[in-house]
Amino acid sequence: MTIDQETTSLVTDVLVIGSGAAGMSAALAAASAGAAVLLIDRSLIGRGGATVMAQMTVAAALGEEVPDAAEHHLADTLQAGRGLCDERLAAIVCERGPGELRRLDGWGVGWARHDDGRIRQAHAPGHDRPRCAYVDFLSSGPAISKTLRAQVQRQSSIRRIGDLCITDLVVTDGAIRGAVGFSLQDGQPVVITAPSVIIATGGLTRLYRRNSASLNMAGDGYALALRAGASLIDMEFVQFFPIGHLAPRLIGMDPIMWDPFRYKLGGRLLNGEDEEFLDRYGEGAGGRYVTTRDLATYAIMKEVEAGRGTPSGGAYLSFEHVPEAALREAFGPVIDRLAANGIDLTQRPVEVAPIAHYHMGGVRVGPSMETDVTGLYAAGEAVGGSNGANRLSGNAVTEGLVFGREAGTNAAAHSHSTTGRASAFDGATEALDLLGSHQPDAALPGALFAELQATMSDDVGPFRTEAGLLRALDTLARIRTEAGDRPSGSIGHWPVQRLDWFDLRNALVVADCVVRSALRRTESRGAHQREDFPSLSADWTRNLVLRRGSHGLDMRTTKVGDHADAFGSP
Amino acid sequence: MPSARLKIRRGGAVDAPSWSIFDLPFELGESVLDGLRRIQKLHDPSLGFRFSCINANACKECMVLVDGRVSYTCTARLEAREMTLEPLANKTLHRDLVTEIAPPDERLHSS
Repeated sequence: MTIDQETTSLVTDVLVIGSGAAGMSAALAAASAGAAVLLIDRSLIGRGGATVMAQMTVAAALGEEVPDAAEHHLADTLQAGRGLCDERLAAIVCERGPGELRRLDGWGVGWARHDDGRIRQAHAPGHDRPRCAYVDFLSSGPAISKTLRAQVQRQSSIRRIGDLCITDLVVTDGAIRGAVGFSLQDGQPVVITAPSVIIATGGLTRLYRRNSASLNMAGDGYALALRAGASLIDMEFVQFFPIGHLAPRLIGMDPIMWDPFRYKLGGRLLNGEDEEFLDRYGEGAGGRYVTTRDLATYAIMKEVEAGRGTPSGGAYLSFEHVPEAALREAFGPVIDRLAANGIDLTQRPVEVAPIAHYHMGGVRVGPSMETDVTGLYAAGEAVGGSNGANRLSGNAVTEGLVFGREAGTNAAAHSHSTTGRASAFDGATEALDLLGSHQPDAALPGALFAELQATMSDDVGPFRTEAGLLRALDTLARIRTEAGDRPSGSIGHWPVQRLDWFDLRNALVVADCVVRSALRRTESRGAHQREDFPSLSADWTRNLVLRRGSHGLDMRTTKVGDHADAFGSP
Repeated sequence: MPSARLKIRRGGAVDAPSWSIFDLPFELGESVLDGLRRIQKLHDPSLGFRFSCINANACKECMVLVDGRVSYTCTARLEAREMTLEPLANKTLHRDLVTEIAPPDERLHSS
C-alpha cells in the first residue's frame, strides 16, 4: 500500500500505550517533567485493563498498622519470587510504593481508615505483617482509576485518545520512532511519531479459558515489544489465582472477589468431601488465610485430580460459620449483590478453582524501565522480572504506580534530549500495509482464539509436561496457519473481526513465548510446575530471556538480576 | 437447555435499520454479554458491541437498551423469551450496538 496522504498522523514527545494505573501514572510523571504526552487505550481511557478490576489489596510499607519498612516488604517479595526476582526492580517497588500510595491519598482516593485516622492495612498471604491498603467495599481498583483519571484530565499537556488499537511499534536504527494502529471509530490507520514510547498494556491472562482478565489482556504489549526487537523475560511464569469463582454462575462481579472475603473473614477451603486439605500440601490450614498463591493452586488442582473435587471441578469455600452480621459489616452492599445472584453465604459454600490472574514475566527492562530498544519503556504488569516465579499479593497495583512514574519521568527526559526526530512514517510501511490489507474467507478469529485458550488451559496451565507443551506448540502452529498472515473482516466502523484478528496475531506470538520458555525450564518453581521435573533445581536459579532472532525466537539464560545485554552487542 | 431469542438492531448511522435474530441456547445464570460474545465468536464475527471487563461491571462500557431499558449487558441475564437489543438512543451510533460513549475530548475524531 502506498502511504495515503490522508492517514491520520499524530506527533508527541511521549506516547503511553494503555491507561491503567501504570499508563496513567506514566502520563502524569511525563507531563510533570514537561513533556507533551499522548495517552491512548484500545478501550475507554482509565476504564479498561486490569487496574479498574482490582478489588482490594495494594501493598506498601506505610507502617500504619504496625511499624514497617521497605526492607521487610522487599524480603517478602523476594521470598514469594522463589529466587528469581530482579532485586533492583523489586526494591524500586518496595521503596517508592509508600510515596505513591500517599500521593493517591492526597488526591482523595479514599483508603479505608480506622476511627483514629490511620489507614487500614490488611494482612495478606505471604506478607510478614499487615501491609495492604484498600478502598471499601471491594473498590480499590475503581477508586484508583477514578482518582488517576481526574488527575490526568487536569493536565492540558496530556492528550487522551480511547478506542485506538496499536498494532506495531516503529523502530529504525535501533531506536523507537513511534507506533502504528487503527481507530475503532472508523477502522482507519493512525501513525504516531514519538521519540519515547511506554508500553503499559498489562498482562496476558486472556490467553487462558478461565481468567480474571478484561478483553484487553491478551499480551499485546509483549508482542509489540518482541516485534520491535526488545527482550522478554520469565515468560513461563503465569500466576493462577487459586480461588477464582467457579459456581454458581455469578454476574456483575469479578471472579477474584473471594480473596478480600478471606482477608477479612478467613473462610474455610474444603474439598468435595468437606475436608480441609491445605495442610496436606505443606502450609498452614484452618481459619487463617496464609497460604501463598502457587501452593494453594497446587493443592486445589491435586485434590480435583485425586477425585476429591466439587461438582464443578474445584474446591468449596465456606463462610457458613460466619454470622450474618459479621458478613454485612465487612462487605455491606456486596452481600446484597450476592443475594441478587442467589448466593447466601450463611447457607451454603461457593465453588472456587484456580484462574489465570497475572503474568510475572514480561518486557525486560533496567531500573530506568528502558528496554533494549532506545526510547522504548515498559511499566506495570507489562514489565517482567520484579516478581520472579510468583507475585506477592498486593504488589500489582503498587508496581503499576511506581514503574509508571519511573518510566514517565525517564521517557520525558529521553524525549527532551532527543534532537532530529525521525517521522514514524519512515519505518511504518510494513505495518501500514498490514493494516490496509484484507484476507477474505478466513477462519473466524474469535473461534481460533477460543482454541488457543483451550490449549493454553489444558496443556500450559499451572501443571506442565513435555508432552503437553509439545502438543500446545503443534496446536499453536495449526492455529497460526488457519489465521493466515492478513487480517480478516472488512475495514469500517467498529471492525470487531479485524480487532479479533490482530488480538489473535499477538496472542499467538505471546503463547509461543510462554510454551517455549516452559519447555526449556526443566524444574518446578513457583507458578511453573513441571510434573516431569517436580523439584526445584538450584541450577535453574536463572532467568530465561527471549528475543526475536533471524529464524524465530532466540532464547538465553541469564544470571538473576543481570541487566547486561543477554544476546551480546548487535 | 433453555433458549433465548435475541433480536438485535444492526447497521450504522446511515444504513436502513435492520434486525438480526439469533436463537441461543444458554445455561441458567448466563449474562446477555455471554450470549453476544458467543454469537460473535461462533456465528457472526461482524456483530458489533462494546465491552471490556467482561464480568466485573467495572468498566461500564457495555451499556445498551435491553427491551427498551438502559442496561449493562454484563449484568442483564439471558431469559427464555425474545429479548430486544438496541444501541443507546441518545448517543451517536457507530455500528450495531456500538455507540460513541467516550467523553468528547477523549476521541480521535470528535465529529
